[in-house]
This record gives sequence, C-alpha cells and structure tokens, in this order.
Amino acid sequence: MRLYAFSAVCAIAALLVGSTLPWTITPMIIGLTYAIAALGLSVMFRAGQVSFGHAMYACISGYTVAFIAREVPGADALLLILAGVVVSFLCSTIIGLFVVRYRGIFFGMLNLALSMVLFALLGKLYHLTGGTDGLRINRPTLAGFTFDRGEYEFWLLGVTLAVSLFLAWWIQRYFKSGSGEALSAIKTNETRLEYLGFSAHFVMWQGYLVSAAVVAFSGALLALVQGLVTPEMGNWLRSAEYVFIIILGGAAHAAGAFLGAAGFESVKLLSSAYFPGLWQFILGFTLIVVIFIAPSGFVGQILKRGRS
Amino acid sequence: MTLDMLPLALIDGIAYASLLFLVSMGLTLIFGVMGILNVAHGSFYAFGGYAASSFVMMIAPHTESAALPLITLFLVAIAVGVLLGGIMEFLLIRRTQGYDPILKLLITFGAFLMLEDIQRLVWGAQPHSANEVVSRLGNLEIGGIYYTSYQLIVVPLTAILAYLLLQYFLRHTNLGKQTVAITHNREVAIAIGINAKKIGFVTFVIGTILGALGGAMAAPTTSLVPGAGTDMIVLSFAVVAIAGLGQITGALIAALLIGIARSISVYVAPEVEVAVPYIIMVLVLVIRPNGLFTVAQARTI
Amino acid sequence: MEPLIKTTDLYLAFGGVVAAGSINFELHRGERLAVIGPNGAGKTTFINICTGYLTPTAGKVYFDGKDVTAMTPRKIVRMGLGRSFQLPQLFTEHTVSQCIQLATARRNRRLSWFRPLSATVDAGEVDETLRLVGLSGDADQISADLPEGKRKLLDVAMALALRPKLLIMDEPTSGVASEEKHGLMQTVMHALEQRKVTCWFVEHDVDIVAQYATRVAAWVGGAIVADGPPDIVLNDAQVKSEVLGT
Repeated sequence: MRLYAFSAVCAIAALLVGSTLPWTITPMIIGLTYAIAALGLSVMFRAGQVSFGHAMYACISGYTVAFIAREVPGADALLLILAGVVVSFLCSTIIGLFVVRYRGIFFGMLNLALSMVLFALLGKLYHLTGGTDGLRINRPTLAGFTFDRGEYEFWLLGVTLAVSLFLAWWIQRYFKSGSGEALSAIKTNETRLEYLGFSAHFVMWQGYLVSAAVVAFSGALLALVQGLVTPEMGNWLRSAEYVFIIILGGAAHAAGAFLGAAGFESVKLLSSAYFPGLWQFILGFTLIVVIFIAPSGFVGQILKRGRS
Repeated sequence: MTLDMLPLALIDGIAYASLLFLVSMGLTLIFGVMGILNVAHGSFYAFGGYAASSFVMMIAPHTESAALPLITLFLVAIAVGVLLGGIMEFLLIRRTQGYDPILKLLITFGAFLMLEDIQRLVWGAQPHSANEVVSRLGNLEIGGIYYTSYQLIVVPLTAILAYLLLQYFLRHTNLGKQTVAITHNREVAIAIGINAKKIGFVTFVIGTILGALGGAMAAPTTSLVPGAGTDMIVLSFAVVAIAGLGQITGALIAALLIGIARSISVYVAPEVEVAVPYIIMVLVLVIRPNGLFTVAQARTI
Repeated sequence: MEPLIKTTDLYLAFGGVVAAGSINFELHRGERLAVIGPNGAGKTTFINICTGYLTPTAGKVYFDGKDVTAMTPRKIVRMGLGRSFQLPQLFTEHTVSQCIQLATARRNRRLSWFRPLSATVDAGEVDETLRLVGLSGDADQISADLPEGKRKLLDVAMALALRPKLLIMDEPTSGVASEEKHGLMQTVMHALEQRKVTCWFVEHDVDIVAQYATRVAAWVGGAIVADGPPDIVLNDAQVKSEVLGT
C-alpha cells in the first residue's frame, strides 16, 4: 500500500516539475520509456533469462506508430500507442514460439540475432522505412485534443506516467500470480516444473508475450515524444541498456526497473556534466562494480546464484 | 549477377570470412576454455585496427618497403593482444571465475563500454585506415580479373596460418593439451594439477591477439570508425553461435558460410546484405539449437 | 484390471552399456514395489524411461493402459503420475508452501495471470498435504534452506499434491539420518495408504525394503534378476551376492 501511495506522489511531483520546468518534460518521458522497457525485460529475468534483443519490440511498436500516423493522418496518439502495442504483441506471439525453446546464452543470442535482422533491414529498406534517417511523426491529437508543442509534451508526460503506474502495478501482480510464480520456477527447476505437469515452453511463452507487450509501450511512447523513429531503437546496444537498468535495479519487484532507470539516467547525467566523453566508461565501470559487490544481493536474485 | 562476377564475389567473401574467422576464433577459444562470452572482444578488434593504422601511417613515409608495413600489422596485433589482453585478464577476467555465464558476459560488456570511450579518446571520430599496405603489395591478374594481392593471398593465408598454429599449439604442445583438458572438464583438470590460472591467462592473451589481428588485417581495406567494435562483436557472436560455442574448426566453416553468403548477396540482393549473417544464425539455431557442431550434454537427474 | 505400468521388450543402451535389456515388467494397482540393485544397474534409467524423460531404443511403455512410450514427462504426469528424485528437485527460491501451491494449482488447472498464487488454491488442501508429510511448521521456509530429510519430504509432497495414481520415489531415504529413515517412510506410506496411491520406490536400505514393500524387484546390469515378495527375493542367492553383498 505504501508503495502505491509513494508512486502516486512521485507521479504528481513529476507533473509539477514538468509544468514549472518545461525543459525537464522530454528527458523525464524518455527516462520513463527506458524504465518501462526495462520492466518488460525484467519479466524475462524472473525466468532467469536475459534477452539481448527486446529492443526490437520497442522498434516494431515505434515504427507501427510512424506508419499509421503517416497513412491515417487523423489518428489519435492514444490509438497509435494501442496499435503499436498490438502489432508488437502479435509479432512476439510468433517469434516467441521459436525463442522460448532456448535458454541461457542462446536465448540471449537468438533474440539478439532477430533484433539485428530487423535493425539491418530497417536501415537498408530506405524507401519503406526512411533508412538510417528514420521516419518523422507529425504531432497527432492527444485524447481528441489538438495541442501546441508545450501542451502536447506535458500531457504526453501525463500519459506516460499513467502507463508507467499501470504497468508497474500489473507486472507486480503478475509476478505474484500463479503464472508469474510458475515463470520464476523456470529459473530454479524446469525439470520439476515439467514433472508437475507444466509445459515450461508454454509458461515461458506467456512470460515472453507479457514482456514484449510492456516493451512495446515504451517504443510507442518514445516515438511520440521524439516525433521520430530510427533503426537505433532496435539496436542491440539499446537492448543492452535495458539489461543494464535491470542489473542496477533488480527484478525482484516491479519498482526495480524504475529505480534502475533513475540510477542509469543519473550516472549518465553526472558523467556528462563532469566527465564528458567518458559517460560510457563510467557506466561500464558502474556495471562491473555493481555485479561484483552484490553477487547474491539483488543481482543474484535476478539470475541463478551469482557464484555457483 | 553475372557469372563472371562470381570469382570476385568469392574472393571478397573469402577475405571477409578470413577476418571474421580470426576474430571469432579468439572469441570461441576464450569461451571454450574459460566459459566467458567476451563482449569486449569487439574492442580488441577495434584497438587492433586503430593501432595498426596509426603505426602504419607513422612508418609508411619513412620506407619504400612493402613488407615492413605488413609486418607492422602483425607486430601491432601481438602487442595489443599481449598488453590489452594481459591487463584485462589480470584485472578483471580471473575474478569472474564461478559466476553465471550471463553475469560474466555482462561484466565483459562493462569492460567493452569502458574500452569504447578510451578508443574514442585516443583516436577520435575520424576514420582511420592503412591503405598503404594494400597498394604496396600490388595486384594480381587471374583470368582477366585483377585482385589485390592483399585480399587474394595475404588475408586468407594469415587466417589459415593462425588456425594451423592454434591447432598445433592445442594438440602438440603441453600447454595446449592442458588447455584442451580444461575445456573438457575444468574440475578434473585442476584436480590433476593443471594450473588453470596460468592457462586462463595464456588463452585469454592468445584470444585477444587473434581479435586484434582481425582488426589489424582489416585496417588496410576498411575504415575504422567508432562503432567498428560494436558491429564486429555481434557478427562474431553470430559465427560462434552458428558453429557452436567453443568449436574452433566449426567457426572456420561458419565464417566461410557467412562471408560468402554475404558477398553474394551484395550482388544479388544488396538490401539484405547486412542482415544475412543474422538470418543464417536464426535459421541454424532453429534447426540445431546449440550450433552446428556442438556435442551432446550429459543427464542431470 | 489393467496394470498401472507395463513395459514390453523395453531396451535402451548408452554407447556400449545396456541400461535396460528387453525389460518386460508390470506394476499393479495397490502394490508397494521396492526396486533394489547396485549402482549403475539401471534403476533410475528405467524410471526415466517410464516417466518419459528418456526414450527407449526399442519396446513400449504403457501407463494405465495407454501407450506413453513417446510422451514427455509432462503428459504422463497429467495422466496421474507423481515422482520424487534421488536429488530432491525443488523450486529453490520458493517457500515450502509455494512449492505445494504450484503443484496444487497445476492440478486444479487454475493459473491466473492476475490473482496471487495463494488465492487460487485451497489453503486447506495445501495445509493438509504439508501436515501429511510433517512440514506444516516449515511452510514459510525457503525450500533451499531445509535440511536434507525435509527436502526429500517436500519433493515427495509436491508429487503427492498432484493426487497421483502412482507415486515413484527414487531413493527416498538416502541422505537422511538413520534415525529418521523409518519416520520418513512411515509418514509417506501412511499418506499413500490414506489416498490409495500405488507406490514404486528405489531403495538401498534392506530393512526399509523388508518393512514397507509388498513386492521387490532386483536389478543387475540392466536386467531384472528377481521379482516377487520381499522374503523370497531378499533371500534369493543371486540377489544376496550381487545386490546385498552378503
């Protein structure tokens, strides 16, 4: 209960900050989209699996938004978000059928390969996708209202916060549900799961769909705030950033993704301010330190025991 | 694609495959022996390439020789391998022993990020190259088509020699045989007195040298830019995954497969060219989940 | 009535070693079968084949009249089989309760994406299963933190929670302190009697076998060399020399 109240307060605070300091709105939205994507990824972490390709679901979602916005000029932003999520979700149902048969490094690498195929094709099929320059998205109506830039961004922040709260709440409930607990049992003993009559593939598939859908939300929101989609949205480095965020924040609780994103953005901000040109260096160093100092702390909770 | 394009495409593909193989050989060797899929291996490639180009640019104006710049490439690769690999193994890699493979991978990813910034600090964003090597070695004419000696002979030869040397090392030297023992069963190998730490160090340095050599050999024909390491690491992952983790000879075949498929697609379907390695990887993994050449696992219950 | 488990000409070899050589075997409802034999004789492999974990090279397996030779463990378990393992297979990061809840929820086929696991199962049923094996006091313990004997009990309890027709236990008392062995077997056998579950267990302890089994099968080198009531099999000459070492 306290956590819900705290989150609501944070959301309201964010809106207040956004209304008084408009330049903070876009960074906040972008930061939240990273958190949402990491939240989606954390569902896979619960099963002890790390995907290095989940950014493809953000990418598919974002490009869907761009395509529809181009073909259906009157489409409302909320509709665009829904469309992006649905298309991405549908893709994940099919991709998931193959991918859930793999574990460990190969699960990570297969997702990576698929996302790189998408990334490569998006970059090369210039006439369809705008190539490496990507596609622009004209500012759509939001909930039926036509806003100017400032208002649009503010209300988009509101939408993003609402989506964040909803997804965090739902995922936390999912973690504690029967399906969610079965998913986390995959991490510790898949054989036992099968010998109880579960189909580990099916349980994993369900989790995969959930995780992809959540990542899809982040892609649609990012597309709408940037007004642009590029193939970079699906690059493996992007997926790796989501992984990084969950390492920082942990997958034990849905709040971990948000804490991790806050940490991630802070490190980026501080290092850009004090050590420009070294932010990746500092990020990399932080990652190493975090993994070493908490081998069975929140990091060990994510994967099979840190030290075997 | 016309038939007379085929030899060019093949040579192109083989040269590319050779570079890919050098890098992947190092990556898969390190995985086989130490259980680490080293993301920073891409940085070794980049550092090898950048350093090679810097040294060649330095030396080239002072000599007429064709051999000297070429030899520089090899020397630079070895130097980078020993320094970078040695330091990284000593400071970081040996401390990851016993961690889950994914955590090891993430630790090397952290190292990769650190090296990316260092690379950018040292060499900036300008493209770096070492064309001198290629131009000095001249061209060869076969059947009416001109090939550069570098692409046609030097690169594939280097890859094959490196492969044969590595195989010789693994099969006919004591240290090599001990390395193979560790690959098969680490615990038993340590129990019979093999010095895993020393072997780990040597293996990692050899792997790094191979990665750097790939970069050094690429410098004469490509431009090194920021992101070169990023691109190469995913490509070598693809090769290693297709072959099966730890399969060195398999990596040779996988690299050839990718190299030739990719260069043919440049002529036939250029939009797909960049995606070809990953498409192959997906197809292979769907049919053989652990790679083409992996051996079966033992029972656990 | 159809035997619960039947194998015909079951054959499996690993390389040059025959783990199961043309096995013809039947297990009937209500039996308490003890399987004995030296290590490597094929006892666990036979269980693995019958439960779908391994596929035989030749021969067939029938569970409750149906051909299950090519089925996966998941399908056979859903037909009414429960199994516990030599090394207890637990959900090491879940609590004792949660392990039973997962088994129970699976049996009830009520897995929600939204409601908490504990809310979708009958708490009474979970408590009863825990009480049956004597783990009520450990309900909130993380399963990995339990001592060996209790981990074995949890392993058995998870199988029991499925309300199987047949319970297969692979070395239920190995790793358990001698003074606790009989207590464990009594608890489990009592639970099985109550629920009318057929039992098949692999055991090395002759006293346990003599006391709790209605039938004994002795395995040596991938074949069943003796099969019958305990007092006959345990006094068989070949069994005495090759299995019991007396």
